[in-house]
Amino acid sequence: MSYLTSIGSYAIMIKEVFKKPVKWRIMKSLILKEIDELMYGSLGIVIFISFFIGAVVTIQTAINLTNPIIPKNLIGFTARQSIILEFSPTFVSIIMAGKVGSYITSSIGTMRVTEQIDALEVMGVNALNYLVFPKIVAMLFYPFVIAISMFVGIVGGWIAGVFGGFLTNAEFSEGLQIDFKPFQVVYAFIKTLVFAWILATVPSFHGFYMKGGALEVGKASTTSFVWTSVLIVVMNYLLTQLLLN
Amino acid sequence: MIEVKDIHKSFGDTNVLKGITATFKKGKTNLIIGQSGSGKTVFLKCLLGLFSPEEGSIAYDGRDYAKLSGDERRDLRQEMGMVFQGSALFDSMTVEGNVMFPLDMFTKKSKSEKQERVDFVLKRVNLLEARDRFPSQISGGMQKRVAIARAIVMNPKYLFCDEPNSGLDPKTATLIDNLIQEITEEYDITTVINTHDMNSVMEIGEKIIFLKDGLKEWEGTKNEIFKTDNKAVTGFVYSSELFEKVRKMYVEERN
Ligand SMILES: Nc1ncnc2c1ncn2[C@@H]1O[C@H](COP(=O)(O)OP(=O)(O)OP(=O)(O)O)[C@@H](O)[C@H]1O
Ligand SMILES: [Mg+2]
Repeated sequence: MSYLTSIGSYAIMIKEVFKKPVKWRIMKSLILKEIDELMYGSLGIVIFISFFIGAVVTIQTAINLTNPIIPKNLIGFTARQSIILEFSPTFVSIIMAGKVGSYITSSIGTMRVTEQIDALEVMGVNALNYLVFPKIVAMLFYPFVIAISMFVGIVGGWIAGVFGGFLTNAEFSEGLQIDFKPFQVVYAFIKTLVFAWILATVPSFHGFYMKGGALEVGKASTTSFVWTSVLIVVMNYLLTQLLLN
Repeated sequence: MIEVKDIHKSFGDTNVLKGITATFKKGKTNLIIGQSGSGKTVFLKCLLGLFSPEEGSIAYDGRDYAKLSGDERRDLRQEMGMVFQGSALFDSMTVEGNVMFPLDMFTKKSKSEKQERVDFVLKRVNLLEARDRFPSQISGGMQKRVAIARAIVMNPKYLFCDEPNSGLDPKTATLIDNLIQEITEEYDITTVINTHDMNSVMEIGEKIIFLKDGLKEWEGTKNEIFKTDNKAVTGFVYSSELFEKVRKMYVEERN
């Protein structure tokens, strides 16, 4: 029952977010601030993690493909597939649920417990539009972040593979091009957009409707992280089933 | 003037307000007092339109809130200012940004007109020198003054304050009380203040409503409150030992 209530309130929240917008001049600066905070501010960690995971995926594949019949370029192929299809869209999104998600929940939650949201509403500002809409718009840039992650991951794989002596430059780049299906990239970016939506709205929901004090803000961030990750994993499964089958 | 008629508000099974009727006059500081949990905040939030009562009506200078359209409600909201219990300043904005916010949001004034207005209210609450600081960088008393400045920047007809001086030392508390009263008189605002501070009652209690368990138990002025025989009121007023001692001395002197 309480799950149903939550789904209902979530739907109502989304409807409210798009109602009665605040002045564009103000909204514009809010959006720019969120892009800076949520997207630009996450680039560092995304690049760092992507590089090393790309490297490790490549080394692991290389170590496990010991049979001499299997061509070496398969290492490049596997690295490409795992990074583009799963690692960058899904794994990075779960990291973002920790970084961006808990930031969103705690910043909105703090505004809730210190009555800043009430203050907005008393003034006649649509608090949901003011707080959540700019985050949704900022998250539209998330595919760029994931594209960067894919690129850096593959560079990481290339460096680890070629400089680690597992395969040659030519084998790796050949592997990257084998059996390339453009729709798989489309699939990866459809996933990314869905995850972007989850990353912007689910943590906002947990922050906006929280009750209590500072301690509860911390708890709400944790709950929000769990739910955001669970939803990402479940949607990942559903979308894969739906789009690639 | 705000006229409240027989309002009821409950949350689930708990009836918080059980039929309150009251009138709040213009240019006067109206106080709502009562113990913690008596429903003061809920009452104030009903006045603000944040909660809608299940029964009864609230009229603002003749405008019945329940009968207003969405647009009319929004216009009415912009005639209200609110000082929250914890100030509720926007952390991400400077003092000046906080006061500028309602003007930016809702007016079409030019930049210089807005600046002029902000300077004026900041000067009024004596905070011009703190304009560039963030809420975390100023004291609680200053935060309250910023909250008052933000509440009056749009020239409200109605001003609501939820325990405006809780957590402040007595001197600063009195300063805040007097500031609210002066502003109320100066701009002819209908002001409603929640408090459980007897100092405020003595300073600015032009009209006092005593709430108990969601009902209006007593109503009067600061002079009347010390003379009443109402047990609930005297119990509340003299719950502070200091007041009890003062009362004893007063009674002894008289005898
Ligand atoms: N949103 C809400 N949902 C459910 N119950 C509520 C809600 N808000 C208030 N209450 C209940 O209403 C009662 C009155 O609360 P209220 O906050 O108005 O008290 P108060 O007089 O302002 O107390 P204090 O002096 O401590 O601020 C309390 O029992 C509280 O639990
Ligand atoms: Mg209260």
